[in-house]
Amino acid sequence: MENLIALLVAAPLLGAAVLLVGGRRLDRAGHWLGTLLAAASFVIGLVLFASLLGKDAEHRTLVQHLWTWVPVESFRADVAFRLDQLSVTFVLLITGVGTLIHLYSVGYMAHDERRRRFFGYLNLFLAAMLILVLADNYLLLYVGWEGVGLASYLLIGFWQHKPSAATAAKKAFLVNRVGDIGLSIAIMLMFTTFGTFAFGPVLTSAGDASEGRLTAIALMLLLAACGKSAQVPLQSWLGDAMEGPTPVSALIHAATMVTAGVYLIVRSAAIFNGAPDAQVAVTVVGAVTLLFGAIVGCAKDDIKKALAGSTMSQIGYMVLAAGLGPIGYVFAIMHLVTHGFFKAGLFLGAGSVMHGMNDEVDMRKFGGLRKYMPVTFVTFGLGYLAIIGFPFLSGFYSKDAIIEAAFAKGGTQGWILGSVTLLGAAITAFYMTRVMLMTFFGERRWQPDADGHDPHPHESPTTMTIPMIVLAIGSVGAGFFFHLGDRFVHWLEPVTGHSEGDSPVGVSVITAATLVCLVVGVGIAWAMYGRRAVPAVAPRGSLLTRAARRDLLQDDFNHVVLVRGGEHLTRSLVYVDHTLVDGVVNGTAAGFGGMSGRLRRVQNGFVRSYAVSMFGGAALLVAATLLMRAV
Amino acid sequence: MSATAVHNLWTTAADPIAKIPAPKIEYGQLAPVLIVAGAALVGVLVEAFVPRRSRYYTQVFVSVVALCAAFASVVALAADGYGTTKAHIAAMGAVAVDGPALFLQGTILLAALVGLFTFAERRLDPEAHGSRVDSFAAQAASVPGSDSEKAAVKAGFTTTEVFPLLLFAVAGMLVFPAADDLLTLFIALEVLSLPLYLLCALARRKRLMSQEAAVKYFLLGAFASAFTLFGIALLYGYAGSMSYARIAQVVDGTATGLDPALADTTGNDALLLIGMALIVMGLLFKVGAVPFHMWTPDVYQGAPTPVTGFMAAATKVAAFGALLRLLYVVLPGLRWDWRPVMWGVAIVTMLGGAIVAITQTDIKRLLAYSSVAHAGFILAGVIATNRDGVSSVLFYLAGYSFVTIGAFAVVTLVRDAGGEATHLSKWAGLGRRSPLVAAVFAVFLLAFAGIPLTSGFSGKFAVFSAAANGGAAPLVVIGVISSAIAAFFYIRVIVLMFFSEPRPDGPTVAVPSPLTMTAIAVGVAVTVVLGVAPQYFLDLANQASVFVR
Repeated sequence: MENLIALLVAAPLLGAAVLLVGGRRLDRAGHWLGTLLAAASFVIGLVLFASLLGKDAEHRTLVQHLWTWVPVESFRADVAFRLDQLSVTFVLLITGVGTLIHLYSVGYMAHDERRRRFFGYLNLFLAAMLILVLADNYLLLYVGWEGVGLASYLLIGFWQHKPSAATAAKKAFLVNRVGDIGLSIAIMLMFTTFGTFAFGPVLTSAGDASEGRLTAIALMLLLAACGKSAQVPLQSWLGDAMEGPTPVSALIHAATMVTAGVYLIVRSAAIFNGAPDAQVAVTVVGAVTLLFGAIVGCAKDDIKKALAGSTMSQIGYMVLAAGLGPIGYVFAIMHLVTHGFFKAGLFLGAGSVMHGMNDEVDMRKFGGLRKYMPVTFVTFGLGYLAIIGFPFLSGFYSKDAIIEAAFAKGGTQGWILGSVTLLGAAITAFYMTRVMLMTFFGERRWQPDADGHDPHPHESPTTMTIPMIVLAIGSVGAGFFFHLGDRFVHWLEPVTGHSEGDSPVGVSVITAATLVCLVVGVGIAWAMYGRRAVPAVAPRGSLLTRAARRDLLQDDFNHVVLVRGGEHLTRSLVYVDHTLVDGVVNGTAAGFGGMSGRLRRVQNGFVRSYAVSMFGGAALLVAATLLMRAV
Repeated sequence: MSATAVHNLWTTAADPIAKIPAPKIEYGQLAPVLIVAGAALVGVLVEAFVPRRSRYYTQVFVSVVALCAAFASVVALAADGYGTTKAHIAAMGAVAVDGPALFLQGTILLAALVGLFTFAERRLDPEAHGSRVDSFAAQAASVPGSDSEKAAVKAGFTTTEVFPLLLFAVAGMLVFPAADDLLTLFIALEVLSLPLYLLCALARRKRLMSQEAAVKYFLLGAFASAFTLFGIALLYGYAGSMSYARIAQVVDGTATGLDPALADTTGNDALLLIGMALIVMGLLFKVGAVPFHMWTPDVYQGAPTPVTGFMAAATKVAAFGALLRLLYVVLPGLRWDWRPVMWGVAIVTMLGGAIVAITQTDIKRLLAYSSVAHAGFILAGVIATNRDGVSSVLFYLAGYSFVTIGAFAVVTLVRDAGGEATHLSKWAGLGRRSPLVAAVFAVFLLAFAGIPLTSGFSGKFAVFSAAANGGAAPLVVIGVISSAIAAFFYIRVIVLMFFSEPRPDGPTVAVPSPLTMTAIAVGVAVTVVLGVAPQYFLDLANQASVFVR
């Protein structure tokens, strides 16, 4: 069975290679090939999942060793895949949601002449993400990690003719590099501490290392997770990444990329468990991002950017849960999966709206669309109910579990984290209701565009609606399915471990509090956007609103502190580089160049001088040999 | 006298005379060489009897079949255990059939096959008077620029003799690393060299330069052969035998039954040391080590580019094979004498090749100096004098030969009105106009520079780690420094191709036939496979690294 694992990665990788190398011949069928290979990977994932289900909980780890890349002494860079409960969960999410997004893109990108290339990149994205979650060691994980960075760069900047898209791609890539440095340092520290990168030995012997070491490794892993998962302080790329085509946003936010950081933390559970200080840092990052994203999401009029803020906030929930240790790991992943369903559904819905509205993204120019796009309305609506945690829908179970786990942390920390998650739930209800109301309810607010074309809102083609329907079903039912008999907890427990913690308040109290928050959030939103007409031009708003519209000044902060500071540092480094380093380097280069020019003259083209040099060489050789014997 | 008496008289008279035993030849084990040499002879007959218009196809067919069959027989011998357990010395002690020999023969045959594809390429040059032409002169014997040359071009002649010449050279190369006595070594050397001298003279364009290169190569090659032959004579004087095994015994002092007639000279160390130095010098000439490298730039530049690629790859494989066998089988007892000398040669070769390459302006000359530097890197592996040394050199040669043929095949594609555009300034901006060709060439250059994930990295890593384990750490340091110098000029070409403005009068990239495409594709594939997953091939080289004694 384990021999199938490599095929999971091979299918989309093959698709990427064929589509990107194949050239224009594949323009007509390339998108179906890409979708088919993504689906093939999903089917293989299902087969492997079924085979894992057939085993005991303790024996649900399959390892496929492909080859070893240059073994040197104790350094072993293995290309090996590990399939266990955790990675198969990710595999199904990535390939399942990924396939739906592929299918959706067939319709969405129908009029783009570079559609084949787009599908090649999508396949590359899936392959890289699969390598990331299937790797059996941190070095191979790093390969997938970088591959995800590359694929996201290519896709965010897919419409490279727009300068804003090109800039956004560059920004995403650069911010991610900061996180990547964290991962590479973590891997180096791991090698010096444990002498290996493989999950097995590193994670089982994590307890033997000193706490200082573990904290250093864990903090570096956290930095890496912040970059990929868009957590404060490396969150700034996520909003701009909306410049990519909408299916890309769905893919980045639901199935790939941003989930990588959560995966990294949960996979490295053994390291974090041994470093309580680092765990606190993880929860702080999660809590701050949770509120940060939620506040930004409240102020945005661009439907995709509002959803981006929401993603940031939801990933904040997951990171917070992962920081809670064994109490929260399982729920972090559970929320990740349910979020994968409803966030993908919401993004695809947003894309469907844009598709019908001439690519308009400003929600102030929507309104009353429920009549024109019934399928989109219903699927988006179900996703909306799921994300705000409406009872018995997916988000209800997974978010509630995180809130309970946060209280169960105990002590002051538990109270603070618990309150933050509750506050977050209220804000989530507010901004999502706002999106819903501005888009689908109220008066129609759209105007003819500059050329006088009146937009004709219409439902999207079947290739786009089917994925939305499937995802809506997941948004509704996944949470209950996982919750029933604590299925998900039992499934993941052997990998991540699980403990109940002790909550200062009862479960029913927390659930009630969550529902109150939900009602309050929805109610405020209804009061602001449901009862009153939405102005077509955004009002000036309070100081906080204005700050939130500017992403809470994240870019201004980065500019003043990092860019300016960086410029000064660079300038002084450049000075040192020019005078000192270049002096030495150029001097050496000039030296070799001069030597080269002089030696070159020996090569004068005359056979006689060549022969003399050979004769001289032979004489030297003989003399040297005899001399060696003499001494 | 009765018949019996006569008979007795005969036998008693004959008895004291030693009988000449009929030579015992293991044809099966020598099949690779015999097939190639036989096909070369068939090729000569084809030239004589097959009508001119079908000669090209017949020759290509015969050559491809012969090389494939020879490779198949090498694989069969290896599978039969001749590379490991059944390794022995065949043909009355003349030819070794063992791991290194089979590995190198396999490499040479594959390199020759790929090289043959570039020989057979007929789509690059524009058609001359309605017939397709290859890179070789219409009629070798006609004086450049003369009326007879024009007539030959007009008649659409092509020099299909290049195919049998290639096969003869390959036959010599197959014997060279397997030769197990000095005479076989010398004959193999000549058999491989003479066809190469001729091939170098056969360029279709820039014929004078090509002929000059051939004459230079011939003169210097003959000069070097003379040294080798003198060295062989001295070594025979020392040991009283041509056989490697026997000489090794005399060096070790374990030989018995020495010929009394040679008692005066046997065991005279001066003969041994001078003889060894001179033979080694001949081999160093073939691999292009400093200071015996002066022929390489001129010959590489002047020879038809397909010949350059083939020669640069296969000759180096054969010559390093012979050098390994000589140093590891015949002279291991002398390693304290030859190692310091080879240290010196390796150092000046690595540094010299890398430094002089910096200021080259012609791509073929650049690659020539690069091949000199690579000879130095391989010598570092030879100096290791351990089993890793052998296996790393075998691996390096396998990777290097395909990169070389591929790189020269790319050079044949970049053309302007005067044929191949080899001046570096003309390659500016090639990446803008022909991104694929430039990218492929960049892969080869990165492999030459030894960047990870290419065969160049795995190979360099193998030889350097063998050298470091063999107690030659300073050599590794110098090797890494020269790699850094060498990286400069490889990367400079990449920068030139991708980051410079294309010249308005720049060259065009010809679209080759599937033949050259195959050669280039094989080069890229081997480069990437040996870079990404080298382990299988390292293991193979390691299995093949024991010499039969």
